[in-house]
Amino acid sequence: MSKYTYTEKKDTRSGFGAGLFEAGKKNENIVALCADLTGSLKMNDFEKAFPERFFQAGIAEANMTGTAAGLTIGGKIPFAGTFAGFATGRVYDQIRQSVAYSNKNVKICASHAGLTLGEDGATHQILEDLGLMKMLPNMTVICPCDYNQTKAATMAIAEFEGPVYLRFGRPAVPNFTDPDQKFEIGKAQQLYEGSDVTILATGHMVWKAIEACELLLAKGIKADLFNIHTIKPFDAKTVLSSVKKTRALVCAEEHMLNGGLTDIAVQTTALNFPVPAEAVAVFDTFGESGTPDQLMEKYGLTTENIVNAAEKVIKRKL
Amino acid sequence: MEKIQKLEAVASQVRRDLLRMIHAKNSGHPGGSLGVTDLIVSLYFEIMDHDPKFDMNGNNQDLFFLSNGHTSAAWYSTLARAGYFPVEELGTFRALDSRLQGHPTTAEHLPGIRIASGSLGQGLSVACGAALAKKLNKDSKFVYCLMGDGEIEEGQVWEAAMFAQARKIDNLIAFVDFNGQQIDGSVKEVLNLSKIREKWEAFNWNVLECDGNNMQELINTINMAKDLSGKEKPVMIIMKTEMGKGVDFMMGSHKWHGVAPNDEQLKLALSQLEETLGDY
Repeated sequence: MSKYTYTEKKDTRSGFGAGLFEAGKKNENIVALCADLTGSLKMNDFEKAFPERFFQAGIAEANMTGTAAGLTIGGKIPFAGTFAGFATGRVYDQIRQSVAYSNKNVKICASHAGLTLGEDGATHQILEDLGLMKMLPNMTVICPCDYNQTKAATMAIAEFEGPVYLRFGRPAVPNFTDPDQKFEIGKAQQLYEGSDVTILATGHMVWKAIEACELLLAKGIKADLFNIHTIKPFDAKTVLSSVKKTRALVCAEEHMLNGGLTDIAVQTTALNFPVPAEAVAVFDTFGESGTPDQLMEKYGLTTENIVNAAEKVIKRKL
Repeated sequence: MEKIQKLEAVASQVRRDLLRMIHAKNSGHPGGSLGVTDLIVSLYFEIMDHDPKFDMNGNNQDLFFLSNGHTSAAWYSTLARAGYFPVEELGTFRALDSRLQGHPTTAEHLPGIRIASGSLGQGLSVACGAALAKKLNKDSKFVYCLMGDGEIEEGQVWEAAMFAQARKIDNLIAFVDFNGQQIDGSVKEVLNLSKIREKWEAFNWNVLECDGNNMQELINTINMAKDLSGKEKPVMIIMKTEMGKGVDFMMGSHKWHGVAPNDEQLKLALSQLEETLGDY
């Protein structure tokens, strides 16, 4: 019997939509923009309830980003939504100058991130977005793990002052976190306690890491598992305290090895307390068409990959 | 008439300031800055309802966005002369630890600056957002935005142009500084913009034209633009200017886009511009 259970699978983008609607009810300064993907981003409830506060930007993401920055001048809190690839890489310079450098209270809301976008293929499957965003000074980067947490994170960033990148996805995944949770930006969430290996997971990989912890337990291996829902600021204190105990690290992310969770976690340990590490991530390649499950398997992002990585890193302990 | 003379006197001082600022650091953009001086002075000293006791939101104030941020020296001098910060601070332009960065920024908290600009083509989108915020706040003031003519080669400008009319942003008055020059040569040679007026008209903007180096004409045209506002369309003023305006040897060429005058050139330039408010 797993420590964590769920009654249904839900998409994290619907958690965003629900959170946006709730935040909009609470604060009339919240406005939303979308680049012709309102249904995909689940922004319809907000649009219907607050039509005067919703701005259809059309297929023009650069202008949407700049307009969002401008809306903060006058006290608005804009949530700008589109697919993760278009929300980041396509408009990097607009985010850099008008949002991050200008330190504007813009929430960049990015759906369909990673391989689990599926059949549309590599043009739409961005695996570099966390890296692009976390390199920017002033930017907070958040990647929640399920519907409930994405909803909570959306409401939390509405009350947080400063630029935020919020990453979520398309597929239905186990919804296991507390519906009444308070989302603490920058605080790693401990899910299992153990002293054999530290596992850090983010986004869709968190549930797979939970499954991996159960399989490891059956083999007598106790993992310290953390949900790293905030990539930046990275909870270095918690992670360092864990690896000092376990002396082995595994990172799991639906993202390129370069720039993502592994990047910041291994940088942190290497500079402060070096331990052997293994990564469950995408290694310097673009994705392709396929079902989400097929893609996660082909690119090595499964429960089994996490189990193998944990066993391998334990053998490498210094 | 007296009003125009006063504005021209401010503009003369701003031109002196910006040339001295650029000369002092041997870096900056004198050509475009001299060209847009009359507009920026007319906005801050005649047209805009604004408060030098700066606050970021600027509610119930007119707002100005400088999209072509490389003409920052003209804006900084105008802001200082309008009371936003001490004129002595102009001497720190482009220096280490200065609030007067090479291109405008909010990062150093210089009063008067509401967004960073420099990477071109972004200001009109920001102005659209600020104008929408004013509408939501039931704030009846205007948002002004200045772009360069070379700058409108950027695709984002046309995204913003589409968006502004589609969302009926009619509290927005934008300017294109049509001096016909950019870094590599004339705009015609570098990337011919073809029919500028017709482009903005085709994007469903109200379009006016004026001499951007004639104070009276500028004020009349901006007042006409204000009269055209509130009718579901944004307004574009295509403003014909002379790059290097006010200094005979800098006029009519792209060569002074990003080159500072040397000691001798500064002396010659200043001899053509009356010191009206006292040099900083």
